[in-house]
Amino acid sequence: MQPKVIINSKAFQLILKRLCYELIEQHGDFSDTVLMGVQPRGSELGERIQRELKSITGIKVPFGKLDITFFRDDFRRTEKLLLADATEIDFVIENKKVVLVDDVLYTGRTIRAAMDAMLVYGRPSAVELLVFVDRRFSRDLPIQATYVGKRVDSIASQRVSVEWDKIEGEDKVLMFSTDKEK
Amino acid sequence: MDQISVQHLLGIKDLNKKDIDLIFSAADNFKEVINRPIKKVPSLRDITVANLFFENSTRTKLSFELAQKRLSADIINFSSGSSSVKKGETLIDTVNNILAMKVDMVVMRHPNAGAAKFLSENVNAVIVNAGDGAHEHPTQALLDAFSIREKLGEVKGKKVVIIGDILHSRVALSNIFCLKKLGAEVMVCGPATLIPKFIGELGVKVEHDLMKALQWCDVANMLRIQFERQDTKFFPSVREYIMMYGLNKEKLDQLKKNIVIMHPGPINRGVELSSDVADSEHSIILEQVENGVAVRMAVMYLLASKLKR
Repeated sequence: MQPKVIINSKAFQLILKRLCYELIEQHGDFSDTVLMGVQPRGSELGERIQRELKSITGIKVPFGKLDITFFRDDFRRTEKLLLADATEIDFVIENKKVVLVDDVLYTGRTIRAAMDAMLVYGRPSAVELLVFVDRRFSRDLPIQATYVGKRVDSIASQRVSVEWDKIEGEDKVLMFSTDKEK
Repeated sequence: MDQISVQHLLGIKDLNKKDIDLIFSAADNFKEVINRPIKKVPSLRDITVANLFFENSTRTKLSFELAQKRLSADIINFSSGSSSVKKGETLIDTVNNILAMKVDMVVMRHPNAGAAKFLSENVNAVIVNAGDGAHEHPTQALLDAFSIREKLGEVKGKKVVIIGDILHSRVALSNIFCLKKLGAEVMVCGPATLIPKFIGELGVKVEHDLMKALQWCDVANMLRIQFERQDTKFFPSVREYIMMYGLNKEKLDQLKKNIVIMHPGPINRGVELSSDVADSEHSIILEQVENGVAVRMAVMYLLASKLKR
C-alpha cells in the first residue's frame, strides 16, 4: 500500500514556523535555553528549529545532539542490535531550560530514556518536550509534549515517518499502514 | 543492525571482518561515553560478570573491571593467588561454583592455551578470553588495531611490525589475526630463537634485522620479553638483546620518517623500549590504555546483547 501523506511540504513549513513562535513566546531571548535533539531523527528537527529561530530572532540558541541508545529499556529484548549514534553536546545544562526535540512521540519510552541520558550533562532547571508529530492515545508512559506540531490518531501496526528535505529530498510526514514498506 | 556472529570472545581467529568493524563502531560510541562528565551508562545493569584471573594481570584486569563498571554491570573478582585453586580444585569446579551464584558472563585469564575454549564448551555463560597462555589475547589485539585506526585513519594497507618475543606472545598471535583480517601487512621481527618456525604460514613476513623492519613499517608494536615463560636461554644476554632489538631514540632518528610506537604493557623500560621513546610523541601507549576500556565495553555490550532474558 502507498503511504499516506499526512503533512505536505507547505504545511510542514507552517508548522515549523508556528513551533518556533511558540518557543519564542515562552523563552523570550533564549538566554537560559538550550535545544537538544534526540538522535537520530530528532537532531534534524532540532537543527531546523535552531536555524529557523536564528532567521526570525537573530539569536543562535545552543543546540546539541543526544544519543539515548545505552539508556533504552529494551536492551536484550529485541533481536536487533542497538547501536548508538554520536552524542554532540558542547555545553552543560546545569540550571538551563532544556527543550528536548524529537520527530515523533509515540510510546514515550524514547523520551524517558532521553531524560536519563540528558542528566549526564547536568541538572536542568526545567525540561520541555517539542515534537513534530504526536501519535496520541498510544503512550506507555505518562509523558506529554509541551509543543506539538500535529496530533495524529494511529494504531500500533501503522508507522509514522517524518521525512526531511536534507535526507529524503522533501519535507513531509508519511503514514505507512504495514511495517513492511519503507 | 546485525548482531556479532559469535557467542563468546575466545580469539580473533573466530571473528570475521564485519564483527571487528562492529566492535570498532561500538567502541567509538563508548569512547565518547567515557569522556562524558558522568562516564557511566546503564546498559548492563542486569548482568553479572565474574573476572577470573588465574594469572597475574594489572592493566587488563583493571581495564575490564572499569569497562564493566562503566556499563553498570555487577562484578565479582577472583584471582588464583587467594583461592581454592591452590587447594587443588579443578577449573570446571571453580567456575561452576561461581556460576551457581548466577553469573552471566565470565572474563578469564589462564596460563594454559585453550582454557577459554574449554570453559565455553563446558559451562553455561558467555566467556571472554582475557589471555590464555601463549595462545590468544583478543581484546588486546582489538584495542591495538583500534588505536592504529584512530591514529592513522585506517588499518587497511598499513605496515605493522611486531617486534620481540613472538614465541611466547599471545598478543602477537591475536594481533596477526586481527591485522590480517583488517587488510594490514604484518611483519614479525626478533631473534630467530623467539620466532616460531612456521609463522610465515600465517601470511606474515619475517625479519631479523631491526633497522630493516623499522624502515619498512608504519607502526612498530614492541613486545615485552616474557622472562617468566622462558625456561631456557633464548638469547645470550639481555644486554645483547637490547643492542640488537631494543628501540631507542638513536635508532628512531636514523629512520628519517615518523613511525607509530605501540606497546601492550607492561614495559621493561630500557630493554625493548628506552624511556625517551616510550614517552615520546610517537608513542601511543597511553592511548592504547584508554582505548582498551572502550573496546572492552564494546565487546561486552555486543556479547551481552545476544544474551536472552
